[in-house]
Amino acid sequence: MSLDPATVRRIAKLARIRVQEADIPRLQGELNAILGWIEQLSEVDVEGVQPLTGGAQIALRLREDVVTDGNQAEAILANAPDRVGCFFTVPKVVE
Amino acid sequence: MMLTEFTIAAARDALRGKQISAAELTMAHIEAIAELNPRLNAFITVTDEQAALQAARADQAIAAGQARPLTGIPLAIKDLFCTQGVRTTAGSRILENFVPPYESTVSARLLHDGAVFLGKANLDEFAMGSSNMTSAFGPVESPWKRSGGSNAVLVPGGSSGGSAAAVSARLAMGATGTDTGGSIRQPAAFCGLAGIKPTYGRCSRWGVVAFASSLDQPGPFARTVQDCAILLGSMAGFDPKDSTSIDLAVPDFEAACRRGVRGLKIGVPREYRADGMPAEIERLWQQGLDWLRDAGADIVDVSLPHTKYGLATYYIVAPAEASSNLARYDGVRFGLRADGQDLTELYEATRAEGFGEEVKRRILIGTYVLSAGYYDAYYLRAQKVRALILKDFTDAFTTVDALLTPTAPSAAFAQGEKMNDPVAMYLNDVFTVPASMAGVPAMSVPAGLDSQGLPLGLQVIGRPYDEETVFAVSQVIEDSAGFSAKPALRAGGGA
Amino acid sequence: MSYTIEGSTGTWEIVCGLEVHAQVISRSKLFSGAATDFGAAPNTQVSFVDAAFPGMLPVPNRECVAQAVRTGLGLNAQINLVSRFDRKNYFYADLPSGYQISQFEHPIVGRGEIEIELADGSVRTIGITRLHLEQDAGKSMHDQDPSRSFIDLNRCGVALMEIVSEPDIRTPEEAGAYLRKLRTVLRYLGTCDGNMDEGSMRADVNVSVRHAGEEFRTRCEVKNVNSVRFVMQAIEAEAKRQVEVWESGGQVVQETRLFDPARGHTRSMRSKEDAHDYRYFPDPDLLPLVLEPEWVEDLRAKLPELPDAKRARFISAYGLPAYDAGVLVAEQIVADFFETVARGRDARLAANWITGDFFAALNRTGKGIEDSPVSAANLGALLDLMADNTINGRIAKDVFEAMVETGAAPGEIVEQRGLRQVTDTGAIDAAVEAVLAANPDKLAEFRGGKEKLFGFFVGQVMKAMGGKGNPALVNAALKARLG
Repeated sequence: MSLDPATVRRIAKLARIRVQEADIPRLQGELNAILGWIEQLSEVDVEGVQPLTGGAQIALRLREDVVTDGNQAEAILANAPDRVGCFFTVPKVVE
Repeated sequence: MMLTEFTIAAARDALRGKQISAAELTMAHIEAIAELNPRLNAFITVTDEQAALQAARADQAIAAGQARPLTGIPLAIKDLFCTQGVRTTAGSRILENFVPPYESTVSARLLHDGAVFLGKANLDEFAMGSSNMTSAFGPVESPWKRSGGSNAVLVPGGSSGGSAAAVSARLAMGATGTDTGGSIRQPAAFCGLAGIKPTYGRCSRWGVVAFASSLDQPGPFARTVQDCAILLGSMAGFDPKDSTSIDLAVPDFEAACRRGVRGLKIGVPREYRADGMPAEIERLWQQGLDWLRDAGADIVDVSLPHTKYGLATYYIVAPAEASSNLARYDGVRFGLRADGQDLTELYEATRAEGFGEEVKRRILIGTYVLSAGYYDAYYLRAQKVRALILKDFTDAFTTVDALLTPTAPSAAFAQGEKMNDPVAMYLNDVFTVPASMAGVPAMSVPAGLDSQGLPLGLQVIGRPYDEETVFAVSQVIEDSAGFSAKPALRAGGGA
Repeated sequence: MSYTIEGSTGTWEIVCGLEVHAQVISRSKLFSGAATDFGAAPNTQVSFVDAAFPGMLPVPNRECVAQAVRTGLGLNAQINLVSRFDRKNYFYADLPSGYQISQFEHPIVGRGEIEIELADGSVRTIGITRLHLEQDAGKSMHDQDPSRSFIDLNRCGVALMEIVSEPDIRTPEEAGAYLRKLRTVLRYLGTCDGNMDEGSMRADVNVSVRHAGEEFRTRCEVKNVNSVRFVMQAIEAEAKRQVEVWESGGQVVQETRLFDPARGHTRSMRSKEDAHDYRYFPDPDLLPLVLEPEWVEDLRAKLPELPDAKRARFISAYGLPAYDAGVLVAEQIVADFFETVARGRDARLAANWITGDFFAALNRTGKGIEDSPVSAANLGALLDLMADNTINGRIAKDVFEAMVETGAAPGEIVEQRGLRQVTDTGAIDAAVEAVLAANPDKLAEFRGGKEKLFGFFVGQVMKAMGGKGNPALVNAALKARLG
């Protein structure tokens, strides 16, 4: 599975990380090296194997429906790079 | 004895016996940090004022007869644990000014038990790395030096390199780390320390900056196995705020250290004997087996057939989870914000500027392996292989009680070595990653030195939730090895 | 009733499926302990978990899971005892973590169905494909500032049930009926309040068109339509648009669109192409959700009587016509009101009064049944006063109006205003004599054969008696007097 520059650009877009054109070849090389090495997994016989999705073999625990959180707008906004009153702000979005 | 040479166990006794005060114990470490941290860069943030206050409170508690398990013990906290009111960076530019409004569960437990926090330890950015060279706050220099007057700057290992360097250089008595693929065990081995990755779920991940959710596990570093057990006893425990936290009582790990290994069966996985393994590591491994045999354990050959696929599996699963976990770093609610004309530009510029190269690589790999058309071939397949790796361990543990392997394929390397090829760096984790994929507890114990005087560690792997056996076996290794070497760069040492 | 669009290439029919996002009624959010109340000050109902701060983790809310199961049971659907939470990854300002926790491959509820009643009395069954739990996003406001959008995360993390219908809907009317029925069922179950204007129920409309008998053609999705009326309009507008595209030789492109109610058409949403690669994978912070069968059965046992069953019971036990029964069960509170009034009384009369005068009064005064000035007990008492002949039907209407105005009990009003029905035959005879004496010409016409005038005399006598005459006795007296 080899990545071409267009795929590198597409992935970078999906990941919302700007990649300079000049860096694409290097990145492409590094990613292809990693992916090439990962390819070895295709040798494993996984017929009939259930994928392991969690790190712990326990059932999901549920919590009671009680309000235990919130009412802390200042703490929520304290680290905001830009805010107006009690709102976070971002450059205007046009839908 | 110098205050910075105490073990936690000894300091605990000395404090309660009022032979030393918490204030002087902390002060000795603060002075050591002032002296050595500018060079080692083990700490990103030093909290000396807070530490002094905490130490003063500790002395009051001791005087009032209300000492708790860690009262007055000064620790370094890996800068991946959110500490309330104290900057937490995850080693990244993107969080360089983030001050958490909450305390992680694990660090809160340590504070509750009376510990003193000296500062936030350096780490590979977002815990991604095996050398502590990817930190946005500069690399960490290992306090160890190759013998023969070498000036090469060595790496402490990673990602918890700062924690390991701090404890090894006697800048802290113990430290917290996190282990996702070996990030406690490998630096412990490189720095001649004891370090344990507990069973997944044993320590809460709430408040720990997430890297790979199904693998991350907090754990302690210390200079002795017993000290590790003391620290883990305070760190561990069920947390209802973490859905993956296990609801089991915390055993007495310290007591378990003294169990011995008589009658235990120790497995030797043949697949860990890789081609090209350095002879000295092979020899040390054999030595470890001899020590255990002499202490009354049986040595049994076992097979973990999928061992060699552990790394590839890890480098699919971990980046995939990380690509999703790191999507929240977008410049909107906290952290770095770069300028953008619109929302997309804001995201792209912030993340390009805020993340380092290794983090970007892993996010891109992770995004790719989850993307449309590739999920089955990569991620799904990797999770199936992961199930096979777990089955290997489960099967092995039907015949043995613990496994002994080397921790790392080499001693610490120098900064600049292995930097050209990401894959070469990833191979550092070949022995540690399988236990991470299976979620089983694993500990590294310093067992000897290589021909250049650098520490080598042995890894003890146990059954899920059986850290007690892991401690028992590790204690025997420690007792037999009599590891007493100290790094050249250390508090009060010749530097 | 079918709905077709005539085109130059033939007749087109509509194929429609609805994805409804229903906000779950619960005190706290799906994965955090923050409150879910509507209308709170911005960012005051936000946990660090909702705001996706570093190191935060989700813990699921048992009641939200129960609400999803109750809804599944109410839709006659399969409950999946094992389901899983997945992450749907995309970037947007109202999605702090950069992913939404949802359920992709293994939803908590599988196939089900819902019956809808149409205006012509016909009944159709619309299939439910699945129901899953997911997080709601926050709110962004784009009109507060010239260059910035404002973000409020109060709604972020509130539990949503996404209810997906099979593409069984064929007309805008069916879509409207489906939404109304679904809303009724959710309100009965208490799992969602169905307030589309508050945004607690929203619909994404999938529309395609085809010639009869064809396979399905490409569909478009019209997102976030927030009223039943707009859903019906959007379907018509989008179907017409697609027909035009096909007929002009073009291809309908699969895309996401928005309905513009002011202009009555749909328009394409700005670049959401990237958003299609959501990179779903199981959320590693959450293990599989496993439900105990006994727990599900316990929920089933405690479900309220649902609208279809209640309607059937109203028809069989109370003898109501199907239409009236349908009207009364549309809201559970109305159904309960009816049953209180009807208990031990003439149920059909009760139904008539409620669907007639009572609803008219509520409409007129702009009140909901919860604030009704006329209580069920009092309406029942009014029926009792008619049943024991204390008042007649004509007077009852006046008494009712007074009840609406004052909220007083009917008995009080009757006494205070002296509205008791007159049954004194002497008084009736006297009134009859007076009326006949005052209308000699009409009397002559009547004697001459114009029998219809009998009604005129009845009216005049009632008028002379202020409406209070017992109608039966008045009739009898007139008959006797007129031969």
